[in-house]
Amino acid sequence: MKTDDLISLLAADTAAVPRRAAARQIAIALAAGVPLAILTMLLTMGTRPDLAQAIGLPMFWTKVLVPAAVACAGFATLARLARPGVSARPGGLAIALPVLLLWLMAIAAYAGSPPSARAAMVWGQSWRTCTVSVLMISVPIFVAAVLALRQLAPTRLAHAGACAGVLSGAAGAAIYAFHCPETALPFMAIWYVAGIAATAGVGAALGPRLLRW
Amino acid sequence: MTRTTEATPSRPGDIEAELHALFLRGLDGDHAAYHAFLQKLSVHLRAFLRRRLFGWPDEVEDLVQECLLAMHNKRHTYERDQPLTAWVHAIARYKLIDLLRSKAGREALHDPLDDDLAIFAESSTDASNARRDLTGLLETLPDRQRLPIEHVKLKGLSVTETAALLSMSESAVKVGIHRGLKALGKRVGNSS
Repeated sequence: MKTDDLISLLAADTAAVPRRAAARQIAIALAAGVPLAILTMLLTMGTRPDLAQAIGLPMFWTKVLVPAAVACAGFATLARLARPGVSARPGGLAIALPVLLLWLMAIAAYAGSPPSARAAMVWGQSWRTCTVSVLMISVPIFVAAVLALRQLAPTRLAHAGACAGVLSGAAGAAIYAFHCPETALPFMAIWYVAGIAATAGVGAALGPRLLRW
Repeated sequence: MTRTTEATPSRPGDIEAELHALFLRGLDGDHAAYHAFLQKLSVHLRAFLRRRLFGWPDEVEDLVQECLLAMHNKRHTYERDQPLTAWVHAIARYKLIDLLRSKAGREALHDPLDDDLAIFAESSTDASNARRDLTGLLETLPDRQRLPIEHVKLKGLSVTETAALLSMSESAVKVGIHRGLKALGKRVGNSS
Protein backbone atom coordinates (compact mmCIF):
# COMPACT_ATOMS: atom_id res chain seq x y z
CA MET A 1 0.00 0.00 0.00
CA LYS A 2 1.31 3.42 -0.91
CA THR A 3 1.61 5.94 1.86
CA ASP A 4 -0.81 8.26 0.07
CA ASP A 5 -3.41 5.50 0.00
CA LEU A 6 -2.91 4.89 3.68
CA ILE A 7 -3.38 8.61 4.32
CA SER A 8 -6.67 8.65 2.39
CA LEU A 9 -7.79 5.65 4.37
CA LEU A 10 -6.89 7.20 7.71
CA ALA A 11 -8.58 10.46 6.73
CA ALA A 12 -11.79 8.52 6.09
CA ASP A 13 -11.89 7.55 9.75
CA THR A 14 -12.70 10.78 11.54
CA ALA A 15 -14.69 9.25 14.34
CA ALA A 16 -15.18 11.59 17.27
CA VAL A 17 -12.29 11.55 19.69
CA PRO A 18 -12.99 11.70 23.43
CA ARG A 19 -11.43 14.57 25.34
CA ARG A 20 -9.10 13.92 28.28
CA ALA A 21 -9.01 10.26 27.30
CA ALA A 22 -5.98 9.33 29.42
CA ALA A 23 -7.34 10.50 32.76
CA ARG A 24 -10.76 9.09 31.94
CA GLN A 25 -9.51 5.62 30.94
CA ILE A 26 -7.42 5.32 34.09
CA ALA A 27 -10.31 6.56 36.24
CA ILE A 28 -12.54 3.90 34.69
CA ALA A 29 -9.86 1.31 35.44
CA LEU A 30 -9.83 2.40 39.08
CA ALA A 31 -13.62 2.31 39.26
CA ALA A 32 -13.43 -1.34 38.21
CA GLY A 33 -10.24 -2.34 40.04
CA VAL A 34 -10.76 -0.77 43.44
CA PRO A 35 -14.04 -2.57 44.27
CA LEU A 36 -12.43 -5.86 43.23
CA ALA A 37 -9.44 -5.08 45.43
CA ILE A 38 -11.74 -4.31 48.37
CA LEU A 39 -13.52 -7.59 47.72
CA THR A 40 -10.18 -9.41 47.69
CA MET A 41 -9.36 -7.92 51.09
CA LEU A 42 -12.79 -8.74 52.55
CA LEU A 43 -12.82 -12.33 51.28
CA THR A 44 -9.25 -13.32 52.09
CA MET A 45 -8.52 -11.45 55.33
CA GLY A 46 -11.53 -9.37 56.41
CA THR A 47 -11.56 -6.09 58.26
CA ARG A 48 -9.96 -5.80 61.66
CA PRO A 49 -12.43 -6.86 64.39
CA ASP A 50 -12.14 -3.52 66.22
CA LEU A 51 -12.70 -1.39 63.10
CA ALA A 52 -15.54 0.55 64.75
CA GLN A 53 -13.20 1.81 67.49
CA ALA A 54 -10.20 2.15 65.20
CA ILE A 55 -11.84 4.73 62.96
CA GLY A 56 -11.66 7.11 65.90
CA LEU A 57 -7.86 6.89 66.01
CA PRO A 58 -5.47 9.14 64.06
CA MET A 59 -3.16 6.18 63.29
CA PHE A 60 -5.92 4.42 61.40
CA TRP A 61 -6.41 7.46 59.20
CA THR A 62 -2.67 7.85 58.71
CA LYS A 63 -2.58 4.31 57.37
CA VAL A 64 -5.43 5.07 54.99
CA LEU A 65 -4.59 8.60 53.92
CA VAL A 66 -0.82 8.42 53.34
CA PRO A 67 -1.16 5.58 50.82
CA ALA A 68 -4.23 7.32 49.36
CA ALA A 69 -2.11 10.44 48.79
CA VAL A 70 0.53 8.32 47.05
CA ALA A 71 -2.20 6.74 44.93
CA CYS A 72 -3.53 10.17 43.91
CA ALA A 73 -0.06 11.29 42.87
CA GLY A 74 0.38 7.98 41.05
CA PHE A 75 -2.88 8.53 39.21
CA ALA A 76 -1.92 12.01 38.04
CA THR A 77 1.53 10.80 36.99
CA LEU A 78 0.17 7.80 35.15
CA ALA A 79 -2.24 10.01 33.20
CA ARG A 80 0.82 11.99 32.06
CA LEU A 81 2.97 8.94 31.28
CA ALA A 82 0.12 7.60 29.15
CA ARG A 83 0.40 10.56 26.77
CA PRO A 84 3.31 10.94 24.36
CA GLY A 85 5.50 14.01 24.71
CA VAL A 86 4.33 14.99 28.20
CA SER A 87 6.87 15.27 30.98
CA ALA A 88 6.07 13.24 34.07
CA ARG A 89 8.94 14.58 36.14
CA PRO A 90 6.88 16.54 38.71
CA GLY A 91 4.96 13.31 39.33
CA GLY A 92 7.92 11.52 40.89
CA LEU A 93 8.21 14.26 43.47
CA ALA A 94 4.49 14.17 44.23
CA ILE A 95 4.71 10.41 44.77
CA ALA A 96 7.78 10.68 47.01
CA LEU A 97 6.47 13.52 49.17
CA PRO A 98 3.91 11.61 51.28
CA VAL A 99 6.45 8.80 51.72
CA LEU A 100 9.14 11.22 52.92
CA LEU A 101 6.67 12.80 55.30
CA LEU A 102 5.77 9.37 56.65
CA TRP A 103 9.42 8.49 57.15
CA LEU A 104 10.09 11.72 59.02
CA MET A 105 7.18 11.02 61.35
CA ALA A 106 8.30 7.41 61.74
CA ILE A 107 11.88 8.38 62.59
CA ALA A 108 10.60 10.88 65.14
CA ALA A 109 8.35 8.25 66.72
CA TYR A 110 11.17 5.70 66.75
CA ALA A 111 13.71 8.09 68.25
CA GLY A 112 11.24 9.36 70.85
CA SER A 113 10.38 5.96 72.29
CA PRO A 114 12.34 3.87 74.80
CA PRO A 115 14.77 1.36 73.22
CA SER A 116 12.84 -1.57 74.66
CA ALA A 117 9.74 -0.62 72.66
CA ARG A 118 11.52 -0.04 69.37
CA ALA A 119 11.61 -3.58 68.04
CA ALA A 120 7.84 -3.88 68.39
CA MET A 121 7.40 -0.61 66.43
CA VAL A 122 9.36 -2.03 63.50
CA TRP A 123 8.16 -5.62 63.40
CA GLY A 124 4.68 -5.33 64.92
CA GLN A 125 2.76 -8.60 64.84
CA SER A 126 2.19 -8.85 61.13
CA TRP A 127 5.37 -7.90 59.27
CA ARG A 128 5.45 -11.30 57.59
CA THR A 129 2.08 -10.83 55.94
CA CYS A 130 1.79 -7.06 55.46
CA THR A 131 3.79 -6.61 52.26
CA VAL A 132 2.44 -9.77 50.64
CA SER A 133 -1.13 -8.76 51.51
CA VAL A 134 -0.65 -5.33 49.95
CA LEU A 135 0.69 -7.01 46.81
CA MET A 136 -2.25 -9.37 46.64
CA ILE A 137 -4.88 -6.66 47.12
CA SER A 138 -3.22 -4.51 44.45
CA VAL A 139 -3.48 -7.15 41.70
CA PRO A 140 -6.97 -6.25 40.36
CA ILE A 141 -6.06 -2.56 40.28
CA PHE A 142 -2.79 -3.27 38.50
CA VAL A 143 -4.50 -5.41 35.88
CA ALA A 144 -7.14 -2.73 35.29
CA ALA A 145 -4.48 -0.01 35.01
CA VAL A 146 -2.50 -2.06 32.48
CA LEU A 147 -5.64 -2.64 30.39
CA ALA A 148 -6.29 1.11 30.44
CA LEU A 149 -2.70 1.92 29.46
CA ARG A 150 -2.93 -0.43 26.51
CA GLN A 151 -5.67 1.82 25.12
CA LEU A 152 -3.40 4.82 25.56
CA ALA A 153 0.11 5.55 24.34
CA PRO A 154 2.84 5.33 26.98
CA THR A 155 6.25 5.76 25.37
CA ARG A 156 8.37 4.97 28.46
CA LEU A 157 7.08 1.53 29.19
CA ALA A 158 9.12 0.69 32.27
CA HIS A 159 8.23 4.05 33.83
CA ALA A 160 4.56 3.61 33.00
CA GLY A 161 4.59 0.06 34.39
CA ALA A 162 6.29 1.22 37.58
CA CYS A 163 3.79 4.04 37.98
CA ALA A 164 0.87 1.64 37.46
CA GLY A 165 2.53 -0.42 40.20
CA VAL A 166 2.75 2.59 42.53
CA LEU A 167 -0.88 3.47 41.90
CA SER A 168 -2.14 -0.07 42.50
CA GLY A 169 0.23 -0.76 45.41
CA ALA A 170 -0.69 2.48 47.17
CA ALA A 171 -4.40 1.98 46.63
CA GLY A 172 -3.94 -1.60 47.82
CA ALA A 173 -2.15 -0.40 50.96
CA ALA A 174 -4.95 2.06 51.73
CA ILE A 175 -7.45 -0.80 51.45
CA TYR A 176 -5.23 -3.11 53.51
CA ALA A 177 -5.34 -0.53 56.32
CA PHE A 178 -8.90 -1.64 57.01
CA HIS A 179 -7.54 -5.05 57.94
CA CYS A 180 -4.16 -4.12 59.41
CA PRO A 181 -4.05 -4.14 63.24
CA GLU A 182 -0.71 -2.32 63.58
CA THR A 183 -0.42 0.95 65.47
CA ALA A 184 3.18 2.10 64.94
CA LEU A 185 4.44 4.56 62.33
CA PRO A 186 7.81 2.81 61.83
CA PHE A 187 5.97 -0.40 60.93
CA MET A 188 3.97 1.43 58.33
CA ALA A 189 7.00 3.34 57.03
CA ILE A 190 8.76 0.06 56.32
CA TRP A 191 6.19 -2.57 55.40
CA TYR A 192 3.54 -0.49 53.67
CA VAL A 193 6.22 1.27 51.66
CA ALA A 194 7.80 -2.10 50.88
CA GLY A 195 4.47 -3.26 49.48
CA ILE A 196 4.21 -0.20 47.24
CA ALA A 197 7.85 -0.53 46.19
CA ALA A 198 7.31 -4.19 45.35
CA THR A 199 4.34 -3.46 43.09
CA ALA A 200 6.35 -0.67 41.47
CA GLY A 201 9.20 -3.09 40.83
CA VAL A 202 6.89 -5.71 39.36
CA GLY A 203 5.31 -3.02 37.17
CA ALA A 204 8.68 -1.77 35.96
CA ALA A 205 9.70 -5.30 35.05
CA LEU A 206 6.44 -6.17 33.28
CA GLY A 207 5.82 -2.77 31.65
CA PRO A 208 7.97 -3.21 28.54
CA ARG A 209 6.31 -6.54 27.81
CA LEU A 210 2.70 -5.70 28.68
CA LEU A 211 2.46 -2.16 27.37
CA ARG A 212 4.17 -2.33 23.99
CA TRP A 213 2.11 -0.96 21.12
CA MET B 1 11.15 44.81 7.22
CA THR B 2 9.26 42.94 4.56
CA ARG B 3 9.13 39.23 4.25
CA THR B 4 8.05 37.37 1.20
CA THR B 5 5.27 35.04 2.08
CA GLU B 6 5.84 31.55 0.84
CA ALA B 7 3.25 28.99 -0.06
CA THR B 8 4.49 26.67 2.65
CA PRO B 9 5.86 27.94 5.90
CA SER B 10 9.43 26.87 6.46
CA ARG B 11 10.23 27.64 10.07
CA PRO B 12 9.48 24.84 12.54
CA GLY B 13 7.33 27.19 14.62
CA ASP B 14 5.17 28.07 11.63
CA ILE B 15 4.85 24.42 10.70
CA GLU B 16 3.82 23.58 14.25
CA ALA B 17 1.11 26.23 14.10
CA GLU B 18 -0.12 25.14 10.68
CA LEU B 19 -0.16 21.42 11.49
CA HIS B 20 -1.73 22.08 14.86
CA ALA B 21 -4.59 24.00 13.28
CA LEU B 22 -5.18 21.29 10.68
CA PHE B 23 -5.01 18.53 13.28
CA LEU B 24 -7.54 20.20 15.55
CA ARG B 25 -9.96 20.62 12.65
CA GLY B 26 -9.37 16.97 11.82
CA LEU B 27 -10.12 15.93 15.41
CA ASP B 28 -13.39 17.83 15.08
CA GLY B 29 -14.32 15.71 12.07
CA ASP B 30 -13.04 17.77 9.11
CA HIS B 31 -11.90 15.14 6.56
CA ALA B 32 -10.11 17.51 4.22
CA ALA B 33 -8.16 19.18 7.01
CA TYR B 34 -7.22 15.84 8.48
CA HIS B 35 -6.11 14.58 5.08
CA ALA B 36 -3.94 17.66 4.60
CA PHE B 37 -2.56 17.25 8.10
CA LEU B 38 -1.55 13.63 7.51
CA GLN B 39 0.02 14.48 4.18
CA LYS B 40 2.14 17.29 5.59
CA LEU B 41 2.97 15.21 8.63
CA SER B 42 4.17 12.30 6.49
CA VAL B 43 6.58 14.60 4.67
CA HIS B 44 8.24 15.61 7.92
CA LEU B 45 8.17 12.12 9.36
CA ARG B 46 9.85 10.74 6.26
CA ALA B 47 12.73 13.20 6.46
CA PHE B 48 13.07 12.79 10.20
CA LEU B 49 13.18 9.00 9.98
CA ARG B 50 15.33 8.89 6.87
CA ARG B 51 18.03 10.88 8.60
CA ARG B 52 17.99 8.53 11.57
CA LEU B 53 17.67 5.29 9.62
CA PHE B 54 20.49 6.02 7.18
CA GLY B 55 21.73 2.47 7.71
CA TRP B 56 18.39 1.01 6.61
CA PRO B 57 16.88 3.16 3.86
CA ASP B 58 14.44 0.37 3.02
CA GLU B 59 12.80 0.65 6.41
CA VAL B 60 11.94 4.33 6.14
CA GLU B 61 8.62 4.13 4.33
CA ASP B 62 7.46 1.18 6.45
CA LEU B 63 8.15 3.18 9.55
CA VAL B 64 6.46 6.29 8.14
CA GLN B 65 3.34 4.21 7.62
CA GLU B 66 3.60 2.61 11.02
CA CYS B 67 3.95 6.03 12.65
CA LEU B 68 0.99 7.46 10.72
CA LEU B 69 -1.16 4.50 11.71
CA ALA B 70 -0.02 4.78 15.33
CA MET B 71 -0.64 8.53 15.48
CA HIS B 72 -4.06 8.04 13.97
CA ASN B 73 -5.02 5.25 16.36
CA LYS B 74 -3.63 7.09 19.38
CA ARG B 75 -4.87 10.55 18.52
CA HIS B 76 -7.13 10.54 21.59
CA THR B 77 -3.97 10.81 23.71
CA TYR B 78 -3.25 14.24 22.23
CA GLU B 79 -4.53 17.14 24.28
CA ARG B 80 -5.30 20.25 22.38
CA ASP B 81 -3.19 22.67 24.36
CA GLN B 82 -0.12 20.42 24.16
CA PRO B 83 2.69 21.21 21.68
CA LEU B 84 2.06 19.00 18.66
CA THR B 85 5.78 18.72 17.97
CA ALA B 86 6.39 17.03 21.31
CA TRP B 87 3.56 14.56 20.79
CA VAL B 88 4.58 13.66 17.23
CA HIS B 89 8.23 13.43 18.17
CA ALA B 90 7.56 11.17 21.15
CA ILE B 91 5.58 8.70 19.01
CA ALA B 92 8.06 8.75 16.12
CA ARG B 93 10.93 8.25 18.55
CA TYR B 94 9.09 5.42 20.30
CA LYS B 95 8.44 3.61 17.01
CA LEU B 96 12.00 4.25 15.86
CA ILE B 97 13.49 2.82 19.05
CA ASP B 98 11.14 -0.13 18.81
CA LEU B 99 12.36 -0.86 15.30
CA LEU B 100 16.01 -0.45 16.15
CA ARG B 101 15.61 -2.64 19.20
CA SER B 102 13.97 -5.34 17.13
CA LYS B 103 16.97 -5.18 14.82
CA ALA B 104 18.91 -6.61 17.75
CA GLY B 105 21.06 -4.77 20.21
CA ARG B 106 24.38 -5.50 18.60
CA GLU B 107 24.33 -2.47 16.33
CA ALA B 108 25.18 0.89 17.78
CA LEU B 109 21.98 2.50 18.99
CA HIS B 110 23.29 5.74 20.33
CA ASP B 111 23.33 7.77 17.16
CA PRO B 112 19.73 7.90 16.01
CA LEU B 113 18.30 8.34 19.47
CA ASP B 114 18.94 12.01 19.93
CA ASP B 115 16.58 14.11 21.91
CA ASP B 116 16.24 17.09 19.64
CA LEU B 117 12.73 18.04 18.70
CA ALA B 118 13.61 19.15 15.19
CA ILE B 119 11.01 16.92 13.61
CA PHE B 120 9.39 19.74 11.66
CA ALA B 121 12.72 21.18 10.56
CA GLU B 122 13.09 18.68 7.75
CA SER B 123 10.84 17.59 4.96
CA SER B 124 10.93 15.00 2.26
CA THR B 125 8.19 14.37 -0.27
CA ASP B 126 9.69 11.61 -2.36
CA ALA B 127 8.18 8.51 -0.85
CA SER B 128 9.98 5.35 -1.72
CA ASN B 129 7.92 2.21 -1.83
CA ALA B 130 6.99 0.60 1.43
CA ARG B 131 8.53 -2.81 1.77
CA ARG B 132 6.00 -4.24 4.10
CA ASP B 133 2.75 -4.41 2.23
CA LEU B 134 -0.07 -3.22 4.42
CA THR B 135 -2.48 -4.68 1.87
CA GLY B 136 -1.27 -8.14 2.87
CA LEU B 137 -1.96 -7.40 6.52
CA LEU B 138 -5.32 -5.99 5.55
CA GLU B 139 -6.34 -9.39 4.21
CA THR B 140 -6.00 -10.90 7.68
CA LEU B 141 -8.80 -8.68 9.01
CA PRO B 142 -12.38 -9.95 9.31
CA ASP B 143 -14.72 -9.01 6.43
CA ARG B 144 -16.73 -6.46 8.37
CA GLN B 145 -13.53 -4.44 8.82
CA ARG B 146 -11.66 -5.36 5.65
CA LEU B 147 -14.47 -4.69 3.14
CA PRO B 148 -15.23 -1.12 4.26
CA ILE B 149 -11.51 -0.35 4.30
CA GLU B 150 -10.96 -1.79 0.83
CA HIS B 151 -13.88 0.06 -0.67
CA VAL B 152 -12.93 3.38 0.84
CA LYS B 153 -9.24 2.94 0.10
CA LEU B 154 -9.02 1.05 -3.20
CA LYS B 155 -12.12 2.33 -4.92
CA GLY B 156 -12.04 5.75 -3.34
CA LEU B 157 -15.72 5.52 -2.44
CA SER B 158 -17.33 7.65 0.22
CA VAL B 159 -18.66 6.12 3.41
CA THR B 160 -22.23 6.56 2.12
CA GLU B 161 -21.48 4.80 -1.17
CA THR B 162 -19.63 2.00 0.59
CA ALA B 163 -22.53 1.51 2.98
CA ALA B 164 -25.01 1.22 0.09
CA LEU B 165 -22.74 -1.17 -1.83
CA LEU B 166 -22.08 -3.48 1.10
CA SER B 167 -25.63 -3.09 2.41
CA MET B 168 -24.27 -2.08 5.77
CA SER B 169 -25.35 0.95 7.78
CA GLU B 170 -23.11 4.01 7.55
CA SER B 171 -22.21 3.73 11.18
CA ALA B 172 -21.27 0.06 10.69
CA VAL B 173 -18.94 1.11 7.88
CA LYS B 174 -17.39 3.77 10.07
CA VAL B 175 -17.01 1.38 12.98
CA GLY B 176 -15.52 -1.22 10.63
CA ILE B 177 -12.92 1.22 9.35
CA HIS B 178 -12.17 2.48 12.84
CA ARG B 179 -11.71 -0.99 14.37
CA GLY B 180 -9.91 -2.24 11.29
CA LEU B 181 -7.33 0.53 11.55
CA LYS B 182 -6.81 -0.26 15.23
CA ALA B 183 -6.32 -3.94 14.42
CA LEU B 184 -3.98 -3.03 11.57
CA GLY B 185 -1.94 -0.86 13.93
CA LYS B 186 -1.57 -3.78 16.33
CA ARG B 187 -0.55 -6.17 13.57
CA VAL B 188 1.98 -3.74 12.16
CA GLY B 189 3.45 -3.33 15.64
CA ASN B 190 3.75 -7.08 16.09
CA SER B 191 5.16 -7.82 12.67
CA SER B 192 8.15 -5.51 12.95
